[in-house]
Amino acid sequence: MSTPTIKNTTGTTTPAPPARSSTAARRQRSLAERLIAPLFLAPTVIGMAIFTIVPILGSILLAFFRWDIISAPEFVGFANFADIVSDPTVRVSFLNTMVFVVVAVTLQLGISMALAVAIQGRMPNWLRVFFRSAFFFPLILSAASVSIFMGYLFNEQFGVVNWMLSLIGIPAVPWLTTSGGAAAVVVLVYVWQNFGFSFLLFIGGLASIPKELHEASALDGATGWRQFVNVTLPLLSPTVLVASVMAIISALQVFDQPYVLTRGGPGDSTRTAVMVIFESAFQQLEFGRASAIGLVLMMLIMAITALQFRLSRRFVFYQ
Amino acid sequence: MSTLTAPRKTRALRPGTAVRILVLLVAAALTLGPVLWTLSTSLRTPSESFNLPPQFLPLNPDFTSYVEVFQQVNMVLLVVNSALVTLLIAVGQMATAALAGYAFARLSFKGKNALFSVVLATMMVPVQVTIVPVFMLIRGMGLSDTLLALILPAIPTAFGTFLMRQYFLGLPNDFAEAAALDGASPWRTFRSVYAPLAVPGMAIVGILAFNFHWNEFFRPLILTISQENYTLPLGLVTLQGNLGTGSISVVLAGVILSMIPALVVFIFGQRTLREGLTAGASK
Repeated sequence: MSTPTIKNTTGTTTPAPPARSSTAARRQRSLAERLIAPLFLAPTVIGMAIFTIVPILGSILLAFFRWDIISAPEFVGFANFADIVSDPTVRVSFLNTMVFVVVAVTLQLGISMALAVAIQGRMPNWLRVFFRSAFFFPLILSAASVSIFMGYLFNEQFGVVNWMLSLIGIPAVPWLTTSGGAAAVVVLVYVWQNFGFSFLLFIGGLASIPKELHEASALDGATGWRQFVNVTLPLLSPTVLVASVMAIISALQVFDQPYVLTRGGPGDSTRTAVMVIFESAFQQLEFGRASAIGLVLMMLIMAITALQFRLSRRFVFYQ
Repeated sequence: MSTLTAPRKTRALRPGTAVRILVLLVAAALTLGPVLWTLSTSLRTPSESFNLPPQFLPLNPDFTSYVEVFQQVNMVLLVVNSALVTLLIAVGQMATAALAGYAFARLSFKGKNALFSVVLATMMVPVQVTIVPVFMLIRGMGLSDTLLALILPAIPTAFGTFLMRQYFLGLPNDFAEAAALDGASPWRTFRSVYAPLAVPGMAIVGILAFNFHWNEFFRPLILTISQENYTLPLGLVTLQGNLGTGSISVVLAGVILSMIPALVVFIFGQRTLREGLTAGASK
């Protein structure tokens, strides 16, 4: 192992000189690796330190101050966090975000799971490819563009949605000018664009379930709904967990759709947590409050991720 | 696959199959319908673009709106800005993620696991949390209202590093042994042996970055100030705000034009994009 051994054995016929030289080479290589590794890591690690780690620390500090960039920062303790419960706009925005997450994620997972199960069945392959591409398509568009054309489609007077409703005798719905209508449109537009992602996860999850299990349960007389609940769903549970966590984390950060469709209105009815971050910081120059809201959002995301690890150990059925 | 039960099952499910395909067809119509309407309406004349009944197929295409959108906004500049920002971020992410991913997968150094955990943890940090300090850092660096303000903070990528690490871990070790016996330095081993093999992995990182940043709205809204630094999504939302519901075909022409690069990626790189998007789910 050590260098003296190599010195001592020079001249004698050792059984494995190649092995020894390769150990030496490996040791030399690992020294070179240790010297060069920082260079490989530098761009990413320094970049993250500057643009992620320092900003988080900055946010934590800023959250305890009132600062408008112009005058000197003033220490305010937990006042910025208290705004989340006491300030009416901030409180409503957080509540809106929670309702949005529950409704949008439920719809997104329900629709995508149903479609993923439906696409598993017997059909020509080109049709399957067509459906998969169609459901995937909205994911490549920008949420801003989608919200632009969806805003036109939901226009009260000229929109296609109300025109279609008029064909079946339903009077024009004031989609974007009433709180309920606007909230519904934001949810629908968001789900329209994002269900394809959960759909992809579900078809991946379904593909990994062995066909024999379905065949065996069919022999036992389980078909349709019963088979889905008793065989498919338990085996799909790891995917359901991952899909829900990813959907919740992304829905918590909703911004583009409500910003473009409604600017948060009418009133505060579609204002979300991230919209308040944006408005607090860049319209009201309340940088401390914006940071506090951002930190609460991040803690929610971390809590959900931690919960995922917990749950996946306890409840999810792994084969 | 085809067992005794197969024929019985298909016969029993036949009415179910029709319902299933009908449901899928309705879902596909609801997904593609709005996009088809956008395309057809962008090809109507601006004055009749909001007339009902709507059009879902461009039967009499009229290209007036495509000419007019270039007069209403500086489309060329928007496209150039978006392309510049997106390409530089994509290339930057591919290079830095390949280097860092290689180090985490194949080099030995102290504190590797701890550092990798920190990198992974940054994936949980939403961009909205860091945007205020990033905005101030950018100001401090004198990069306020430049395209670099959009590019630089987006280059370090935790997810890309994670993907590249997985990719390098999947490559055989023999090449490294052979290269070492030939006396190649760790850099040579990376440069000439492993990096060329990891090109498909880098393509995933690049395509994901392209798709995300081409469509990005939140950061450009905050980090750009003057119109000459706007990217496409921001420019289109501004145009929509200016025109209101006046001549929607002009706005929709801009929307359709902005979709073209994403459409190219969709046609030629759909599989890669799918793999990349779902890679995070199968850790």
